[in-house]
Amino acid sequence: MIPELGHFALIIALLLALTQAILPLYGAQRGNLTLMGVARPAAQGQFVFVALSFACLAWSFLSNDFSVLNVAKNSFSQLPEVYRLTATWGSHEGSMLLWVLILGFWSTAVSVFSRHLPEDMAARVIGVMGLISSGFLAFLLTTSNPFERLIPAAMDGNDMNPLLQDWGMIIHPPMLYMGYVGFAVAFAFAIAALLSGKMDVAWARWSRPWTTVAWAFLTFGIMLGSWWAYRELGWGGWWFWDPTENASFMPWLAGTALIHSLAVTEKRGAFKAWTVLLALMAFSLSLLGTFLVRSGVLSSVHAFATDPARGAFILGFLAVVIGGSLVLYAWRAPKMVTGSGFTWFSRESLLLANNVILIAALGSVLLGTLYPLFMDAMGFGKISVGPPYFNAVFVPVMAPALFLMAIGPLARWKEASLPDVITRLKWALGVALAVGLLVPLGLGGFKPWAALGFFLAAWIALAVLAGFVDRLKHGQGSLMHKLSTLPRGFWGMQLAHFGMAVGVAGIAVVANYQTERDVRMEVNSYAELAGYRFTFRGTTEHDGPNYRAARGTLEVSRDGKPVATLHPEKRVYNASGMAMTEADIHPNVYRDIYVAMGEQLDDRGAWTVRLFYKPFINWLWFGALFMVFGGFLAASDKRYRIALRRSEMPKHIAAQGA
Amino acid sequence: MAMKSRHKKLALITLVVAILGVAVALVLNAFNSNLVFFFSPTQIANGDAPTSRAFRIGGLVEEGSIKRQADGLTVNFVVTDTAKSIPVTYTGILPDLFKEGKGVVAEGKLGSNGVFTATQVLAKHDENYMPPEAASALEQAAKAQKTVVE
Repeated sequence: MIPELGHFALIIALLLALTQAILPLYGAQRGNLTLMGVARPAAQGQFVFVALSFACLAWSFLSNDFSVLNVAKNSFSQLPEVYRLTATWGSHEGSMLLWVLILGFWSTAVSVFSRHLPEDMAARVIGVMGLISSGFLAFLLTTSNPFERLIPAAMDGNDMNPLLQDWGMIIHPPMLYMGYVGFAVAFAFAIAALLSGKMDVAWARWSRPWTTVAWAFLTFGIMLGSWWAYRELGWGGWWFWDPTENASFMPWLAGTALIHSLAVTEKRGAFKAWTVLLALMAFSLSLLGTFLVRSGVLSSVHAFATDPARGAFILGFLAVVIGGSLVLYAWRAPKMVTGSGFTWFSRESLLLANNVILIAALGSVLLGTLYPLFMDAMGFGKISVGPPYFNAVFVPVMAPALFLMAIGPLARWKEASLPDVITRLKWALGVALAVGLLVPLGLGGFKPWAALGFFLAAWIALAVLAGFVDRLKHGQGSLMHKLSTLPRGFWGMQLAHFGMAVGVAGIAVVANYQTERDVRMEVNSYAELAGYRFTFRGTTEHDGPNYRAARGTLEVSRDGKPVATLHPEKRVYNASGMAMTEADIHPNVYRDIYVAMGEQLDDRGAWTVRLFYKPFINWLWFGALFMVFGGFLAASDKRYRIALRRSEMPKHIAAQGA
Repeated sequence: MAMKSRHKKLALITLVVAILGVAVALVLNAFNSNLVFFFSPTQIANGDAPTSRAFRIGGLVEEGSIKRQADGLTVNFVVTDTAKSIPVTYTGILPDLFKEGKGVVAEGKLGSNGVFTATQVLAKHDENYMPPEAASALEQAAKAQKTVVE
């Protein structure tokens, strides 16, 4: 009964989504307030029914209802309860339902926090989101019904993919989707602006906090995915330039360009058409990412779902969304008025450079990701574009952006003085150059890429400091008082930029100074790596809830002093018979010691073991967390709430006019 | 003093075009030298694969072909598309799903002795999942055999 209830709720949600799309959009075009008024209750109702449907699916998983095909395929009676719950979105169908649920959540959030918008604007934004919901709900109901029954019911399930049985994977998809789908809000605002022809500074101010929050979620989601891959895939890498990773990275690059471009549009009224285009791009790339990952066109460690009918639907949907929005853009964008001018050296020009570079980087990732698919589809043979390409392109393209990133926040709007900026930053440049030259020597050998990384990291971090000095120089009161009166937008930006510096430092170290060894280890023998001694004490049998494991014991010591005892495992999962390597890591701020088991070599208990020394790896995650926190802080800036009250006025005027 | 708006626009456009130009040059250069092509065992046996450049090979790990050297880390095995077979050698830890009779894709270089030295062995993390490259190699071989029989 419960699965049918969930299916039925999904159908009602589709009807409500269509209502949410059609009536308000028509009403806004006609100036009909009653029809526009449908937007909010329809969006909220749609969310309630999608949530009900999602709850029904979660219940089916939790109660081990193996008469539901989705549950039988992706869960298992011995699976721990928390993974049974997360298996709800581990499958293709479930993850699409999660997507719609999150879209419903965002729509409801917009319906609640849009009281200050002119009625027609709110109606259009919610209406466009309703269109997107309708598309995805139709997709679910026609090609990916999560509630399909299996008759007769299976005795037990096939189990969740063991790789997904990790707590990084519990929260990675919801966070990633919060980001992906969050760009739907920016997209809806852009479409609403194009439809109404009203492209003003207020528009940028309305959509800015939404975009920043979506960006912060996406950053967090990507970070979790990278962290999961690092710990769970067993070969110690944190970024593979795998198409699935690129699928989430491309919207991030577009989103990063967008939040910077929105700053110019809000503060200076410039870049309007460009900002709108970026908003369309960020969401289109989110859809493309979904298509790449969920249609099975990719061959990669993440590609779990494969079905061509689904691919055709998403591709069609993609064509409609991208094509339609670009046509609308081509029609409306020329009418936008450009804002005030600026000189070659100003905050605007630096942000423009940021945007150009980010889009160039995005283009290079897009080429490397889609070209092999294109060649394959055209029958020109199979090729692959691996990390060497992306590293060769991405690093040199992004380095100038990182250099300019330090200067941007210190340059004035409209016209900045180069000598002034040089005066304020020359000490930072000196220190950063020294750091770039000396730190690599201290880490065991000068390497040009490491030197560049340290220079840029120090340069950005010191410029953040200079930014604070700049702000605190003026005004009265104690330092603490001055710090507490700085706007949250400023804090958020500085924190995010500092996070970038931390992340760049982490990447520079781990990419250049990590070491690894694959070794054959007999019981009680030892191997050495990066000054650590690893003594292998053999393996013991260990029973997990839904797997059996050979659990190794390695004692790690340095200069005779014990550092850690690690227990990497080689698991075989009961339901699928799938083998999996579970690495064990001893982390601290400066390094991770990472060990993974290969395979047993003989009856006396010798194994192949992979040892890694990963310096500064955790700086990457810390850096990303700073960026996430910075994003949330910036979005909570008071100024957006003041703008809220100020714009109450036009709403009433709009109401009277209608 | 601000530049004239016409000059300013020109300067900006020049800057943007210059950045994009450098980026495109970098991209295409890197792209050209880092593409990794795929060859099936049949293609390699026919001498279609390069000997100077790294490429990917895919197919099935032949039954009974996995042999481990005394050092415990070097593994020899044979990749087959059922028509032709290529010997492969690899030093290091193999992925969890590397098994005889299962699909495999390896990246590396072909030696003059006809042995493929792999630098990386990729196996997919799903019991039922055949890497697309391996699947296409098997398909091509099956097609080729059919035409011979006909």
